Amino acid sequence: MSRRLPEQEYEKTFSYKFKQWLSGEKDPYLGEVEMQPQEEGPDAVVIQKQRRKNRHRAQRKALDLGYNAEVRIFQKIYKVFSVIFCICLMIVLLTGVSGLPTFGKMENPVNNEVSSRYIESGLQETGAVNIVTGMILDYRAFDTLGESHVLFIATCTVLILLRVDKKKGIRELEENDRVFEPENDVILQTVAKVVVPPIAIFGIYVILCGHLGPGGGFSGGAIIGAGLILYLNAFGFEETEKFFRASTYKKMSFGALACYALAKSYSFFTGANHIHSIIPLGTPGAILSSGLILILNICVGIVVAGTMYTFYVMFRKGGY
Amino acid sequence: MEVFMMILLGFLVVCAISVSLSKNLMNSILIFMSYSLVMSVIWIIIESPDLGITEAAVGAGVTSLLFFATLKKIHAIVKLEEDGKEEQDEQKTS
Repeated sequence: MSRRLPEQEYEKTFSYKFKQWLSGEKDPYLGEVEMQPQEEGPDAVVIQKQRRKNRHRAQRKALDLGYNAEVRIFQKIYKVFSVIFCICLMIVLLTGVSGLPTFGKMENPVNNEVSSRYIESGLQETGAVNIVTGMILDYRAFDTLGESHVLFIATCTVLILLRVDKKKGIRELEENDRVFEPENDVILQTVAKVVVPPIAIFGIYVILCGHLGPGGGFSGGAIIGAGLILYLNAFGFEETEKFFRASTYKKMSFGALACYALAKSYSFFTGANHIHSIIPLGTPGAILSSGLILILNICVGIVVAGTMYTFYVMFRKGGY
Repeated sequence: MEVFMMILLGFLVVCAISVSLSKNLMNSILIFMSYSLVMSVIWIIIESPDLGITEAAVGAGVTSLLFFATLKKIHAIVKLEEDGKEEQDEQKTS
């Protein structure tokens, strides 16, 4: 059973002293230990400089070859091994190259019936004057579908890596980014006003005439994307956001890829089952000819243009 | 035409070596751009204009723009400007 101590007796107990020390009312060392005021240490900057100097000295000593024997041995081994590795790699590559067939010989495995078939009956079967486009978008359209998907996936990866989540963060980044930018630069804006429409028209021409001459979906899309980037640099994000947002890119890419896949699966279905396709090949040389190639070119062009622009926006700002 | 081709190929070799040797990142990107431009001319000479157009648009245009944006992100361009400013300030004060 606990009992209540009188006040004077309580002041002598250990628990009372401990309580006093804890609350800071009385310093137990005061009067018993000799105390001196602490000397003021050197300045923080001086300490940092001293530390840096020490670190430099230590590094110099660690890397000093005469002082440190381990480094010397390691450097020798490193040199020897790098030379041996280089020679091994060269031997492997040169033996690989020497095993290849000579360039341009008649009996090379490249010179088989496939390429001669492409050259001889490509125009007849695909209706494209440009044989390369006929090959890419008709015989090997499945590859091109995969390439478009690779582009789309690459954009998704860049979006995951470089995206800035919060809206506020994006605004701050944009402000920081435009500090060193010639904002409302008259020369750049005038040049962009004159140059961007021809660039866009040239890109559309390259896409639409992909089956008639050099060009195609990829190059035309890249040209249009470059024009969009120039417009963005001249006028800033506020102007481009009026017609190009993240949702626009999603709809564009999804629509184009789905259209590509539908059109190509139709032609694969009819081709595999020997059903006559409804789509006419048309006269070679006309713009509305060569069946599905024109549509596929337009789809690829839309995907590539959006992808190029989105890449740039992601690198600049990390989000639309 | 063969001499012209040789000159262009020699230019390619010089560009490829100087990209790796130049200390300034900005200079390497500019050399890389000119490499792509010469490469697109070569594609047209060896009769593949499809690749020429693509190389000019992607190699010389979009890729170098992405490089510039990246340099800006890692403050490689800004730092140079600041260094120049500091030097100018020092000259003014002295």
